[in-house]
Amino acid sequence: MNLSYLFDPANWDPSAAGGFPQLLLSHLWYVFLALLIGTVIALPIGLYIGHTGKGSFIAINAGNAGRSLPTLGLLMLMVTLLGLGLLPVLIALTVLVIPPILTSAYAGMRTLDRRVVDAAKGMGMRPWQVLTRVELPMALPVMMGGFRSAALQVVATATVAAAVGLGGLGRLLIDGLAVNDYSRVLAGAIVVAVLAVVLDLFLALVQRWVVSPGVSGRF
Amino acid sequence: MITFEDVVKIYPGGGTAVDHLSMELPTGKMTVLVGPSGCGKTTSLRMINRMVEPTSGRVLIDGQDVSGQDEALLRRGIGYVIQHAGLFPHRTVLDNVATVPMLLGKTRREARTASLELLERVGLPTEFAKRYPAQLSGGQQQRVGVARALAADPPVMLMDEPFSAVDPVVRAQLHTEFLRLQQDLGKTIAMVTHDIDEAIKLGDYVAILRQGGVLAQFGTPQELLDAPADEFVASFVGRDRGLRSLSFDSAADVPVVPPASSADLILEGGRPIAWRTASGDRAIAGTFTKADSLRIVTDLAISSPVGIAVRVDDNGVCDGIVRHHDLVDYLMERRAS
Ligand SMILES: Nc1ncnc2c1ncn2[C@@H]1O[C@H](COP(=O)(O)OP(=O)(O)OP(=O)(O)O)[C@@H](O)[C@H]1O
Ligand SMILES: [Mg+2]
Repeated sequence: MNLSYLFDPANWDPSAAGGFPQLLLSHLWYVFLALLIGTVIALPIGLYIGHTGKGSFIAINAGNAGRSLPTLGLLMLMVTLLGLGLLPVLIALTVLVIPPILTSAYAGMRTLDRRVVDAAKGMGMRPWQVLTRVELPMALPVMMGGFRSAALQVVATATVAAAVGLGGLGRLLIDGLAVNDYSRVLAGAIVVAVLAVVLDLFLALVQRWVVSPGVSGRF
Repeated sequence: MITFEDVVKIYPGGGTAVDHLSMELPTGKMTVLVGPSGCGKTTSLRMINRMVEPTSGRVLIDGQDVSGQDEALLRRGIGYVIQHAGLFPHRTVLDNVATVPMLLGKTRREARTASLELLERVGLPTEFAKRYPAQLSGGQQQRVGVARALAADPPVMLMDEPFSAVDPVVRAQLHTEFLRLQQDLGKTIAMVTHDIDEAIKLGDYVAILRQGGVLAQFGTPQELLDAPADEFVASFVGRDRGLRSLSFDSAADVPVVPPASSADLILEGGRPIAWRTASGDRAIAGTFTKADSLRIVTDLAISSPVGIAVRVDDNGVCDGIVRHHDLVDYLMERRAS
């Protein structure tokens, strides 16, 4: 294994255009945008379906459809339709994160103890209060699970941005392959993997912080 | 006062859950709805706080039709203890209890302070305040459920099998505590149970429902025991209803004769000690006072080796004895009158 590219200090220079810091930053930016847009779209739909039980086939099929859709193929299609740029990449990545978020929001709401929800209504909470003060806190562990798996997938898959001329850690893979610089490819793969692990650890901490001990069982 | 006016509930796709129910639950009293499983008890209860809407008829609280009132505001004014407690798992015990006061606009501090007092009131040490429901036993959860319903000091309380998830010993303990609490608070309570003994023990009034949601009889526990309306009520209240009815009768007027009239009673300084029997002296198992019920007197008389129940005054000094044939005559006369 040739790790020379990974440990070359020149590649860690924050001002270097093709260096790790900048690639990492643009990579994280795609990840963040895709998760943000995906959550804004998928969370309300998943919560609504889970809350009302209406249209649960959507939630179940979204999971399966999402898993079987090739992101690279979708990206190429979008580029053909919309031209190069950030938009096609974001669409492709957002389509990837929607299924796990939607499905877990739905599942989180469906698996709630209905008696507790009933008690909340019986105490005189309005529907919005029931949702925000009782249903969401109780469904949070399941929903966080879906969000974490979405984050993991999109960290790995955001490398496709480089295939259509954008930045991100995918540059190392694409450019490395183009010039047969396997040390660079390896460095890209390692940085992506480490990023995924670190991000997941971070989200695990967030989960620990936002989920009530009464729900997680960590008293 | 809670009034049911010709209330019918038919669930879509189901049969009739409540059938032309009319009754009045008096203010400041505890009315227990009892009946076999599926007879519409929970449905009736939940029509009071609009968790279920009647198909026809009206439910009124103090003359006000509940159907005209804002659901959330109505419910905040009615304490609700649901079956199996239904505590919020993500909130501490204290915050569970503080739920309704906070909905009503109290600050977190005020709500918590009041809740802490309530926890003690329902018999939970304050160190439980910081725990989560999952860290409590079933009986402790039920207590928190009751405290939560009481937190905003609502005049009306609905309780759906609040003491069902605990063993008989803890249940009896909860009963006693709850009766004491209700004596202080004087809430208008509608409680559901399928246990007729619990109904008779706790209720000022008991409504017996039969299958199909029909009211079979409404009355005080003693009325139900003494004069069941029909075969169903009679068998539901049980075969020993005659004896159980005696627990509602005071022993104050039972005819006594002076202790000296029995040669079998051994006294020491006026206090009853033992029975003199053919097989030697036998310790006296129990005595009664004027405040006890006739059921106690009867039990003492039939379990005494010489058929005598011993009455004592507040100092434990024997002030009279009841011979079992006098007791039987007394009970016969009462029955006749
Ligand atoms: N949401 C519902 N939809 C349809 N039918 C219902 C619904 N809730 C209750 N029922 C039916 O209405 C009838 C009365 O139900 P209810 O829950 O009031 O009975 P209950 O007396 O409380 O019984 P239990 O002692 O078992 O709790 C039952 O036959 C039940 O199946
Ligand atoms: Mg019920």
